[in-house]
Amino acid sequence: MIEKLGMSGYGFYVWTSFALAFIVMVWNEWRARRRFRAAWREVEVRIKALEDHE
Amino acid sequence: MWKFLHQFASPPHVYRLAKTLVPWLALPGYGLLIYGTIAGLFFAPPDYQQKDAFRIVYVHAPAAYLSMMAYMVMAVAGGIGLIWRMKLAHAVAASAAPLGASFTFLALATGSIWGRPMWGTWWEWGDPRLMSELILLFLYIGYMALRNAIDDTAKADKASAVLALVGAVNVPVIHYSVEWWTSLHQTSTLLDEGGPAMDAAMLYPLFANIIGLTLVFGALLLRRVRSEVLKRERRTRWVRDLVLNPGAAG
Repeated sequence: MIEKLGMSGYGFYVWTSFALAFIVMVWNEWRARRRFRAAWREVEVRIKALEDHE
Repeated sequence: MWKFLHQFASPPHVYRLAKTLVPWLALPGYGLLIYGTIAGLFFAPPDYQQKDAFRIVYVHAPAAYLSMMAYMVMAVAGGIGLIWRMKLAHAVAASAAPLGASFTFLALATGSIWGRPMWGTWWEWGDPRLMSELILLFLYIGYMALRNAIDDTAKADKASAVLALVGAVNVPVIHYSVEWWTSLHQTSTLLDEGGPAMDAAMLYPLFANIIGLTLVFGALLLRRVRSEVLKRERRTRWVRDLVLNPGAAG
């Protein structure tokens, strides 16, 4: 198992690449969700303010 | 036919359709990525020359492919927005840019990490494949900076679409750079004339990751499009109804 994780001496390069890919995927998901929540909140605040004004 | 196509110019229709499609793209997409990653890391045999270092291909190749595909989505959507004045197309283009930039960064970073043990260098400034991919990253950054610099959305849409269309010339340059010029980068393994030059045990996980990442890109793009549509349509009646009755309007 340890030998497999060592990737025949290229472990640092292989695992760093996969770790980077994981970070990029998590970041993309998080940003997409955060953007949507922010857009929704912005619209909600605006519309509720208009409703109160009316 | 035209009625069917016209639906895609309707923001409420696209907003609801995107919500429906996201899980159908994300779930199989992430499933394929999990399969491709596990099979690529632990079950594919090592390469006879590169040994286990070749496994970086399971991250690098899908990211590089998506970096170009996202740009084409951005440029085509920008072009549609310019020609047919379709605001939704500009929303798609704006949504594709940060995703494409992140995949370009990943392709460059993993390529550099792969290059160190294989070529003996992290980076080669004179290499056409590396430089054209770096230009692609600058194009994405320029596109996003241009959009952020212009307050008027309509003007930002037009200016950024022109930039996206002009920059599209770089995409075939990236693809053919290894054939047109001398490069450290290998020629295409998958699009070889005689078929993919890889063993099936290596190839299937790679295909799984390429298809999986494409589906995930679709899901992420649609999520971002929904945010863009909400922001752009914030003054409309349907958004007002949606916010006041989120359950009823979907």
